[in-house]
Amino acid sequence: MIPSEFAYKRANSVAEALQLLKDSGGEGKLLAGGHSLLPLMKFRLTNPQSLIDISKIEELKGVKLEGGRLVVGAMTTYDELVKDETAQQQIPVLVKAVRIIGDQQVRNRGTIGGNLAHGDPAADLPGAALALDAEIEVHGDLGKETIAAEDFFIAPLVTMLGENSIVTSVSFAVPSPNSRSVYLKYEHPASGYAVIGVCAVASMDDSGKVEHIRIGINGVSDVPYRARAVEEALMGAEPTEALVKEVSENAADDGEIGSDLFASEKYRRHLAKVYTERALKEIFFS
Amino acid sequence: MGSKMEISMKVNGIEKKSYTEPRMLLVHYLRDELDLTGTHIGCDTSQCGACTVYIDGKSVKSCTTLAVQADGTEVTTVEGLGDMEKLHAIQRGFWEEHGLQCGYCTPGVMMAMAALLKENPDPSESEIREGMKGAICRCTGYQFIVKAVQHAARSLAEENEKEKLVQSAGEGGAK
Repeated sequence: MIPSEFAYKRANSVAEALQLLKDSGGEGKLLAGGHSLLPLMKFRLTNPQSLIDISKIEELKGVKLEGGRLVVGAMTTYDELVKDETAQQQIPVLVKAVRIIGDQQVRNRGTIGGNLAHGDPAADLPGAALALDAEIEVHGDLGKETIAAEDFFIAPLVTMLGENSIVTSVSFAVPSPNSRSVYLKYEHPASGYAVIGVCAVASMDDSGKVEHIRIGINGVSDVPYRARAVEEALMGAEPTEALVKEVSENAADDGEIGSDLFASEKYRRHLAKVYTERALKEIFFS
Repeated sequence: MGSKMEISMKVNGIEKKSYTEPRMLLVHYLRDELDLTGTHIGCDTSQCGACTVYIDGKSVKSCTTLAVQADGTEVTTVEGLGDMEKLHAIQRGFWEEHGLQCGYCTPGVMMAMAALLKENPDPSESEIREGMKGAICRCTGYQFIVKAVQHAARSLAEENEKEKLVQSAGEGGAK
């Protein structure tokens, strides 16, 4: 399969990429690792007139710790993040989630920014982004802005990213040292995409009550979501097995869950409950 | 719009320059322009890994990479892994343990597994199987592939051991 014709340009800076995007008059697409865009182009589901390759822009690469947050350059590949010592030390759950994206060849090409900008609800990163209060830094016509992960995803493959905009970095909150976290995934046996992925981060105060909890879910819903109903029910409570089971019943409440070729709505709701319960049990009782 | 662009890359150590359309996939460039037909096209949808090559030492699926994206890089294909005079350890492993049946996936599998061994010289069976996620084989059931990779890991370790001995003998002689 061969994509239809397009022009290719390589940008060496964010400013140049933005200019090239503008010049394309809405017909250009940014190319990062290409592992979401090129398959769509090969199937001719999308036919951009020009591709602007941003994967070589140095200022968009790298991982650093800044003010209690892990800042990951948008063009950092999955593999680079997985092997980054700062990331491993600061947010192991992020590394765990990214380590099971696709396969090694995919992780060598795919990028953190590209993943989020593509907005695939079955990707593994959105759940972790939600659970880690991620903020997505975007440069565009309006200058620089920061969008919370929770506001970023709008619909399948649709995000808040404007036409002439580029994701420059993503920052993740470093969980407190006493917190525990997990990413649990049930993957589609053929594609490897998440039928469900639950990322949960929680910590307790000295009296054993939940003082912080985030549950980010991807896969089952049209839009990755935070299971706020479950979070709220657990805040301030002392988790017991019975309570975890009870509150997990509400794990699908905040999602936009429907049926498709792979799974019915009923099954997806069931998965949300079961995987949320398992994730919470692993955090609280293992 | 899709006018040809000049690209240059080192393929298996040899500098190659060409004019290609931006939409030319790396796998087609390697097979059709450079006649390196060891790299296979399996699924053509970045699932199976038969088209695995290295860009700057990293394994990638060349069916999901544009040739222009590889401009200025070093590309290695299965032809660059070893030759009949000096097979790569992974190639000997596949030979000795019969790590294939039809052989269609084999170039991609060997490239993926040689990359795994470079990062992890002593992988467990589950690490090998995990590494095979991006290299699908429909014949073998993977049993003999795992054995072939373990064989390669052993012979690479032996080679390293020998090299160390030679080195230390050399250092001893110089003293």
